[in-house]
Amino acid sequence: MTNSIREIPLSAGFLVIGSNTTENHPVMGSMIKNAVINNGKKLIVVDPREIELSRFADYYFQIKPGTNIAILNGFMHVLIKEGLYDKTFVETRTEGFQELAKTLEKYTPEYVAEICGLNNPEDIPKAARFMAELKPMALYYAMGITQFVSGMNGVKSTANLQMLLGNMGVPGGGVNPLRGQNNVQGACDMGALPVSYPAYQPVANEENKAKFEKLWGVSGLSAKPGLTLVEMFNAATGGQLRAVYEMGENPVMSDPNQNHVIEALKSLEFLVVQDIFLTETAQYADVVLPSCTFLEKEGTVTNTERRIQPMHQVLPPRGDARDDWWIITQIANRMGAKWDYKKPQDIFEEIRTATPSYAGITYERIEKELIQWPCPSTDHPGTQYLHKDKFSRGLGLLTAIDYTPPAEGTDTEYPMILTTGRILEHFHTGTMSRNSRILDELVPEGFVQINSNDASNYNITDGEVISVSSRRGSIRIKAQVTDKPKPNVVFMPFHFYEAAANVLTIDALDPACKIPEYKVCACKIEKIAQ
Amino acid sequence: MEEITLLIDGREVKGKQGQTVIEVARENGINIPSLCYHPSVSKTGACRICLVRVNNRMLRPSCVEPAIDGMTVVTEDEDIVSMRKWILELLLSDGDHNCLYCDADGDCELQSLVKRYGVQEPRKEEPKRGRTIDNESSRGIKRNEYRCILCQRCVKACREIQVSNVWGFSERGFETRLIADDDQKIGESNCVMCGQCVQVCPTGALTYQTVLGRGANWELTKESSICIYCGVGCKIDFYKNREGILVKALGNYEGPNNGHLCVKGRFGFDFVQSPKRLSKPLIKRNGTFEEATWDEALDLVAGKFAEIKAKNGPDSIAALSSAKCTNEENYLMQKFMRAVIGTNNVDHCARL
Repeated sequence: MTNSIREIPLSAGFLVIGSNTTENHPVMGSMIKNAVINNGKKLIVVDPREIELSRFADYYFQIKPGTNIAILNGFMHVLIKEGLYDKTFVETRTEGFQELAKTLEKYTPEYVAEICGLNNPEDIPKAARFMAELKPMALYYAMGITQFVSGMNGVKSTANLQMLLGNMGVPGGGVNPLRGQNNVQGACDMGALPVSYPAYQPVANEENKAKFEKLWGVSGLSAKPGLTLVEMFNAATGGQLRAVYEMGENPVMSDPNQNHVIEALKSLEFLVVQDIFLTETAQYADVVLPSCTFLEKEGTVTNTERRIQPMHQVLPPRGDARDDWWIITQIANRMGAKWDYKKPQDIFEEIRTATPSYAGITYERIEKELIQWPCPSTDHPGTQYLHKDKFSRGLGLLTAIDYTPPAEGTDTEYPMILTTGRILEHFHTGTMSRNSRILDELVPEGFVQINSNDASNYNITDGEVISVSSRRGSIRIKAQVTDKPKPNVVFMPFHFYEAAANVLTIDALDPACKIPEYKVCACKIEKIAQ
Repeated sequence: MEEITLLIDGREVKGKQGQTVIEVARENGINIPSLCYHPSVSKTGACRICLVRVNNRMLRPSCVEPAIDGMTVVTEDEDIVSMRKWILELLLSDGDHNCLYCDADGDCELQSLVKRYGVQEPRKEEPKRGRTIDNESSRGIKRNEYRCILCQRCVKACREIQVSNVWGFSERGFETRLIADDDQKIGESNCVMCGQCVQVCPTGALTYQTVLGRGANWELTKESSICIYCGVGCKIDFYKNREGILVKALGNYEGPNNGHLCVKGRFGFDFVQSPKRLSKPLIKRNGTFEEATWDEALDLVAGKFAEIKAKNGPDSIAALSSAKCTNEENYLMQKFMRAVIGTNNVDHCARL
């Protein structure tokens, strides 16, 4: 997030696009609800499904999955055509306006409504004018913007809109991606990415290479960017990748196209899984290493607003389970490294040297202070919101972006669109939530949400077990007949191994950032013959 | 905001314009008792337990009394004590406040005040009204209306924090009662089980299903950490009993969550103590997993990695790090892959 959670009361309104906030980030969802319902703040929601927030929205657009860029362009078309954008901000803080304006010309409300499958094109200009009045408006998004082959362009479009509206670098504004895991921000900051060292310092850069060789006391660090997660499994089936070391991940459940993932894991010469349960993925391992859960360990995590917080040990490790950092250190030292970390704080001190944005953060400070990176020195208070007087690249880049369709369109054989996500009571691959008694009892099994019109066309009743298939595979799952998804769109949570949504999803990737298109693929639904 | 100065119990204290007397007092470490007042929700001004003497004259409820520059406040004198005792007796005379079989025993603000003011056997002239006990309909929350003092904290937490508007009051006067939705059982209402109502309840009227049979409140110890689920980073106080079993989770008010939690943050932690947890390293031999020692397992892993690296080059090995692990662990994993294995093949589930 460019901005902070505690700025929610400072926003005049919110655009929530591609985020079912009250189910996936419930505490923030409640804060937004409180601002809207109890404090008169305004709300615009864009989502293919009716979600709790859409009930309270001033404007709600139920778009076809995969058409975010079209509707964002539609809003911007109106802002420019009617001269409602923040001219001072655009002139003094950005570049690329002319090209953007030219691209946006064709995104008339009618054109956009056609792409997005909307029957309320007249609301697009109304909503755009409404947004221009909201000073400032905060934009919140989640995987409903990013999990497309056009994911990176979707993110850039959100930035385009907020720059046109002059909502960047101000409290209560910003582009605010809601991170889905408790330390996904930190894992990225720490360089658990194939292209960068800690703090996003590219690996394909001689200076960075030299810097880390010196810091780590090694030579010959590779300058060749590595493989992303989905690429790893392609490389495994292709024979280039022979061994995988997996820590706290469950790709059999979480990655698209499950059958392909399993095939890839089976083709490996050696698979190590370090986890808290014998997960669906661990079944394929050669060695399984039992690790501590979060309540048994110490360390730091970084939340969606870049705030670094301490984790404290609440319970002793279970059985012979060990800390993940201890296990990695043991393997490294057996391979010739001479690491001498005695406790997580020793590692954190090294992180401060390697990661300029963390340099001013100490274990002592975060026990009593609220600190968000960048925090370059110990006397720096941290950064509540980014891009105050200038962007990190200087001028903000407005990027001309055209709408491009998802990788897989519907056809007569697979006429429906499948979109996937999470539900309130469960989390990701279910390893934790499905092993928690109360959560498991609340929602014990998977389901597919089908619009009641579609259900009646297919003669499907609520609770009936049906078959859902895509070009990748087929599963049996209980139908939940509801009016939440748009007609012709079905929604399925991916938490349940018995009816795994990712058997069906497509492993098409965004060409730049390699995110899989979980949010759209073609599928068909069928009654199961008695 | 403009700074103001008050004289509370003879002590000069600073506050800000717009605060109420109880807020200024508590910020300065002066404890005025309260039941309906809770700092996380709007003020009700109903219970009158927080009465204080203002400017040496009238008694005023300090939770709603605006703090004014130059104000003199006495938080307790003979009149106030007798007033508080009388209020407590009235509260006790209604309902059933037997601590012996109450889950909130030892963690009850009403009980603390009864002890603090030495309130004895309550008057029992009034007949007991018919009330609801609902221990079963919800998997997370138990409700005993006999212990409800109608303070409205739960109503306000549900309206202002969770914003689900499940709790509300029905009827008027002596008949007033707390209802869920249009008088549903809590488990059949629109409650999403965030459990915030229980967290702010000052008595045992609302309690967690998880606490029963897991030790007395005064035996529990707490430690804070950060929720493992989504990226909001809610700070949670985890309570465990003498046997080390997790009993309950309360939202910490210093975290980004301002004390609030969702159903996962509140009730989603027993996986940590599940008997299905892995507790020994496993090595697959002839298709089945066999328990191994750490030395065996680590030697095997290091040996295989070294062998595959020598045979196929460092880029034939990849690692998946974890958004569920700490910064320290993610840092080490990428360092291991880059500095020890010699590849940039390290990623995690950021895109999933």
